[in-house]
Amino acid sequence: MAEDDDEIILSELSDDELTAQMMDDLYDGLKEEIEEATHILLERGWTPYDILTKALVAGMTIVGADFRDGILFVPEVLLAANAMKGGMAILKPLLVETGAPRMGKMVIGTVKGDIHDIGKNLVAMMMEGAGFEIVDLGINNPVEKYLETAAAEGADIIGMSALLTTTMPYMKVVIDTMKEQGIRDDYIVLVGGAPLNEEFGRAIGADAYCRDAAVAVETAKDFIARKHNQMTA
Amino acid sequence: MTRPPDLLDIADATLTEAGLEPRGTGRLLLIACGALAREILDLKRLNGWDHIDLTCLPAKLHLYPEKITEAVSAAVTKHRAQYDRIFVVYADCGTGGQLWDKCKELGVEMIEGPHCYSFFEGNARFAETAETEITAFYLTDFLVRQFDAFVWRPMGFDRHPELIGMMFGNYERLIYQAQTDDPALDQAARAAAERLGLAYERRFTGYGDLAHALTRFAKTPGNPA
Repeated sequence: MAEDDDEIILSELSDDELTAQMMDDLYDGLKEEIEEATHILLERGWTPYDILTKALVAGMTIVGADFRDGILFVPEVLLAANAMKGGMAILKPLLVETGAPRMGKMVIGTVKGDIHDIGKNLVAMMMEGAGFEIVDLGINNPVEKYLETAAAEGADIIGMSALLTTTMPYMKVVIDTMKEQGIRDDYIVLVGGAPLNEEFGRAIGADAYCRDAAVAVETAKDFIARKHNQMTA
Repeated sequence: MTRPPDLLDIADATLTEAGLEPRGTGRLLLIACGALAREILDLKRLNGWDHIDLTCLPAKLHLYPEKITEAVSAAVTKHRAQYDRIFVVYADCGTGGQLWDKCKELGVEMIEGPHCYSFFEGNARFAETAETEITAFYLTDFLVRQFDAFVWRPMGFDRHPELIGMMFGNYERLIYQAQTDDPALDQAARAAAERLGLAYERRFTGYGDLAHALTRFAKTPGNPA
């Protein structure tokens, strides 16, 4: 996307130019540049939350859209995510200090029998960027792990991911166990992964199937808003 | 198992990119993934299945599993008037059951199993070992030969080796499911494991359930042989 980057001196750019440049650099997976620009914006008095949302999340949303449209592929998305992680590592401790809107808490993990976590990690990162607190269970999670952690953490959302057609049915095991225990409606259940689709999400009783990380964020926000509305009604 | 020269003439790159056109001979048609062409042609030759024709879709469709169902459906529609029966030689292959449903709708059979790793090993056995092998990455003969085209380059490892850890960090072992006894492929598979930083295991499978499924199709009552 960006050309002749080596001639650009980030610190000499205006705020608008710099955030635009950060989106380019995210797109190109340039981690060091993202880290440098994050520091520059902090020095200029930007709040960590503004840097996160207006530069990093905004940039990553473009990456996500181009991935969905077949313009970018997994390697490019991973490089972009890695660059965003660099910026987030700087901002995360500051966000805790300065405060940022808290959207809700999500327990997320790849289901039992499955070790694929690229998509799950992207969702976790974008959710975190949108203000959700994330408890990442990692890979190969049995039903107990999801439910015990969700209860212990007081989570709002349980997120499940699977890449394999052989492991995606395990999501139904988790949801059925929730029903048996009478706790299904205590949580918003979101599912995702390459072989899934909306029909599958409905069939297993999830609240929603999320096609990609951006959709996961919007869906989670929507469900959380509805939950709050119900509580205040 | 040694291969007849004509099978070696089919370039893997062609099977990956373009697939294989049918010869137009025979009353039954196999619509298969390009990654299975050599194995199917070998079985055809060994069993004298002259009444069976083969067409293959480009193996690279596996990089976009969401396109497989539509591509198979189009191939069935294109060829069905010229043949008595059609058999689809794709497993589920990441289509999430959509290919199975589509084949049912079209009235054609397809091979059972989640993917070729499973039917080469034997679906029953693969299902039994699946839980203990979740950190295994599988390669077949075709994928060993096409490792750079299917894994190394599409994953961007040639340009960004730092991605190997991000994509393969949870894997521990590369299992080469050998369809044939070929020391060169064994060596290439071992090298692939080393490049990915994985332990290596070679496991001879032969053609597994692929042979059984095609034999059943070839001998189905009403079929010519």
